[in-house]
Amino acid sequence: MAEVIGPVASAAVKTPVKNAITKIALIGNPNSGKSSLFNQLTGLNQKVGNFPGVTVDKKTGFSQLAPQQKVQIIDLPGTYSLYPKSLDEKVIIDLLYNKKSALYPDILIITVDASNLKRNLLLYSQLADLGIPAVLGLNMTDVAETHGIKINVAQLQQDLGVPVVPLNARNGVGITALKILVSQQLEKPTKTFYEIPEELMVLVRQIRYYFELKNDYLALQYAHQFKKLSFLSDADKSYIEDLRNTHGFNSHALQAAETIARYTIISELLLDSVKVTRAESNEKFSNKLDQVLTHKVWGYLIFFGVLFLMFQAIFAWATYPMDLIDTGIATINAFIQSKFDGPLVNLLTEGVIAGLGGVLIFIPQIALLFAFIAILEETGYMARVTFMMDKIMRKFGLNGKSIVPLISGVACAVPAVMAARNIDNWKDRMITIFVTPLMSCSARIPVYTILIALVVPEKYYLGFLNLQGVVLMGLYLLGFLAAIFSALAMKLILKAKERSYFIMEFPVYKMPRWKNVGLTIIEKVKTFVFEAGKVIVAISVILWVMASYGPGDVLETVEREVKKEALAKNLSADETNNLISAHKLEASYAGVFGHAIDPAIRPLGFDWKIGIALLTSFAAREVFVGTISTIYSVGDEENISTLKEKLLAEKDEAGNPFFTPARAFSLLIFYVFAMQCMSTLAVVYRETKSWQWPMMQLIYMSGLAYVSSYIVYQLFK
Amino acid sequence: MQKKQRSVRDLKIGEKGTICCLQDQEMSLKLLEMGCIPGVEVKLNSKAPLGDPVTIIVNDYTLSLRLDEAATIMLK
Repeated sequence: MAEVIGPVASAAVKTPVKNAITKIALIGNPNSGKSSLFNQLTGLNQKVGNFPGVTVDKKTGFSQLAPQQKVQIIDLPGTYSLYPKSLDEKVIIDLLYNKKSALYPDILIITVDASNLKRNLLLYSQLADLGIPAVLGLNMTDVAETHGIKINVAQLQQDLGVPVVPLNARNGVGITALKILVSQQLEKPTKTFYEIPEELMVLVRQIRYYFELKNDYLALQYAHQFKKLSFLSDADKSYIEDLRNTHGFNSHALQAAETIARYTIISELLLDSVKVTRAESNEKFSNKLDQVLTHKVWGYLIFFGVLFLMFQAIFAWATYPMDLIDTGIATINAFIQSKFDGPLVNLLTEGVIAGLGGVLIFIPQIALLFAFIAILEETGYMARVTFMMDKIMRKFGLNGKSIVPLISGVACAVPAVMAARNIDNWKDRMITIFVTPLMSCSARIPVYTILIALVVPEKYYLGFLNLQGVVLMGLYLLGFLAAIFSALAMKLILKAKERSYFIMEFPVYKMPRWKNVGLTIIEKVKTFVFEAGKVIVAISVILWVMASYGPGDVLETVEREVKKEALAKNLSADETNNLISAHKLEASYAGVFGHAIDPAIRPLGFDWKIGIALLTSFAAREVFVGTISTIYSVGDEENISTLKEKLLAEKDEAGNPFFTPARAFSLLIFYVFAMQCMSTLAVVYRETKSWQWPMMQLIYMSGLAYVSSYIVYQLFK
Repeated sequence: MQKKQRSVRDLKIGEKGTICCLQDQEMSLKLLEMGCIPGVEVKLNSKAPLGDPVTIIVNDYTLSLRLDEAATIMLK
């Protein structure tokens, strides 16, 4: 918690309070246009950080209210009330109830959906009772009008006792007015809503004086939610706990009574300012569309069409920019290597720049996947997807929304794991993240291809069923089943941190706001590059060092000896170089590692050569093919048919072919299950904000791979 | 609690009812916040292709929820 106190203390020393930058928090119901408003106010001037301890992103940004006045804007997670129901919503009370919090807002901008005022004002009424200076952003007035809802803004402003600004955050209407209003000195709302029952006042006052709070309602909130407030000490908590016990405080019943009381007040208040002329016409269009889009047959067909399109995009379309990045990096490296020489140059090119390339290569897939997801969310279609898939997915401990990460995982687990962010429930999200890497991703294809070509004959059944194709499909199916059943197991093991609800607003269909789609893409790419990217570059440098250096001067000795041997055998220059690379790799730290794990992987049918490939695969699974090519001295060309011949010719100690079907299948199964992707681990770390999850994934998946490969090899050898 | 009392779960598509009370105390807080207040009219709007979850209309907006959640909203 030092980071909460630190910045405040140092800021206070550095700058006089008068010049301290004004902090404004955006708060509102989900779907109330809060993100649009945040984007309008800050543009590209935003930063994504972490709230301590939770997986929700902390979005902050700066906005120029007037030429001389710059303010900091904090975007809080969407919520329906100040009683948080999910872990993500908890950050709100942690921030608003702690005056010492680094981001404690001076002003609140509360967005409300004008077409759904009653429910939106519930949150407003709670915030008003806290007594923080505020402005009400009356958003989506256009939608309200088409629904026949007429709002008398002047009357509403008077009844609520707070400045009300009509907005249309989608196209920026009202933003200027809002900025002018916020730039002036704002007062706290003049009206409060909920009258705290008389019998609670003793308790409330005691808490209020004990914590020196300004406000009775805040004290009542402490009484309700002290357990969730991370800034309270254990002594503070037990003080409140004791008070609650002596006063017989029934939190559930009181919360329910408070909510009902608030709704009653709001309903009466709105009689004066809101006139509905055309009721029930509201959802007609959406309802009609839903008859097709959530239809028993068409609904699923259309959904699978959408999924297929998404899959195509990250699987096929993304390869063009990915190839460009690949060649670009190779060109830069070749250029640097042609101009300079030395071990540091190699570290820069083959270690660092190649590592950076390994980060950049994911950008096209992430951008495309999030373009799709943002559009699905913006239009309201994602809610229908969840609606249609919930019953099936729930059986396996997953969520209706898990289908998007799972399917995307077939292309690449990295953007797929990031897509799990859209799942609100903590447990469902963790399970989804945990099992997604079991889906066979595109990086496994080169490995599958070479090994299948090695041991499965190219036979056709019924004229069209290619045996190799059937085996390939079987591997995909195996990955899928492993994901589903692992999810099922985790559903039973993992303890829920919060109760899982499905209760959510079913939004009407809307046109997507392209600016929001664009900003989502930029934000996702940025977080990946800057947060997961660091880990990826670091690991790839380590892997490069392991494969390029050996203990002492063994590499030089090896090179000299191979050259002698080549001369004696009269090998061509190419053959000599390939042989040198092979022997150097064997002598390197990677080779040492391969030899070291040899006894452990022997029961799986692998030898030290495969051991090296298992290690280097960590950079990306397809590296397996390159490493195997090097170690069997085929050269870097990765010529599949030459490699296949080489592998087929390989003999074991007894002189029999080394790559028997048992060995190849054991290796195939290993690649289906094993967690051999540092990028996935890095992104899981970034998404779960802890190393505990990626490490558990590494252990679980490697263990599953080991046991399965062991069974396969021992059964078929 | 009478056994005959109907809940939102028992409504047919398009059928309306008036909320009498909420059964599950913890879940009731969530439902109340979403506008499912005793005395308010509720209409079963649609069901997912597999019969669960469902959507209901309360206070002029659509809410989706699972059947076992709907079963806690008792009707008058």
